[in-house]
Amino acid sequence: MDRRKFLGLGLAAIALVPMTKLNATDFRKEKPDAWKATTPADAIKALYGEAKPEEKGVNIKAPKLAENGGKIPVVVKSDIDAKSVALFQDSNPRSLVAVWTIPEGGIVDFSVTMKMKKSGKITAVVEGKDGKLYSKVLPIEVSKGGCGG
Amino acid sequence: MKVKAKEKDGIVKVKVLAKHQNIGPEEAEKKKKEANFITSVIAKVGDKVVYEMNGSGFMSKNPLYKFKFKGAKKGDELEVTWTDFKGNTKSKKVKIK
Repeated sequence: MDRRKFLGLGLAAIALVPMTKLNATDFRKEKPDAWKATTPADAIKALYGEAKPEEKGVNIKAPKLAENGGKIPVVVKSDIDAKSVALFQDSNPRSLVAVWTIPEGGIVDFSVTMKMKKSGKITAVVEGKDGKLYSKVLPIEVSKGGCGG
Repeated sequence: MKVKAKEKDGIVKVKVLAKHQNIGPEEAEKKKKEANFITSVIAKVGDKVVYEMNGSGFMSKNPLYKFKFKGAKKGDELEVTWTDFKGNTKSKKVKIK
């Protein structure tokens, strides 16, 4: 099934759901493939299509050396007028960590605590309202893996 | 779940500490527990959604979420809800300070 048809089906499904639905955009239901992708590149493709992200305008704050991979504080910041923001890494079995939908007038300044199995890179992608993608990659060293390892 | 919301100069800063094991499928196999993790966190003021996140099993145990938003004032009620993989939900209402 090609992407266009797939998205169409998704939209049709949303239209049928009554208004009590809590989420405006449930990325887990709409983009199931993105959650299965094993590399950031594949996950970005599954989430946003073929567009290549530009490396600017996005900031990630995280410790260079994380002692405990089970709880790494990560902050994603950007001044871009954004539609959505996604966070990826390349050391766990699957790549996508979180996707935020930015509400009207929302500020892109999110902090989460995530797990990483071993040292790797985290990637943040911001989908601007202009339809372009912006990204930032940050390597992190993990001394003790936190993904059950 | 603990929620703190504070308004300053028109910007509300929120901290959400969810109590959840957040076990991904691989971890679950190793620990012989069931995989279950928070898949979505939503915050609302009235009917307006101010924060919306979909997550995977790679969030930490008892994750801490922080975010900022505009358009609410002191005394407004903020409602934070999380949903996990098995469909459990939990919500909490706090007044913005």
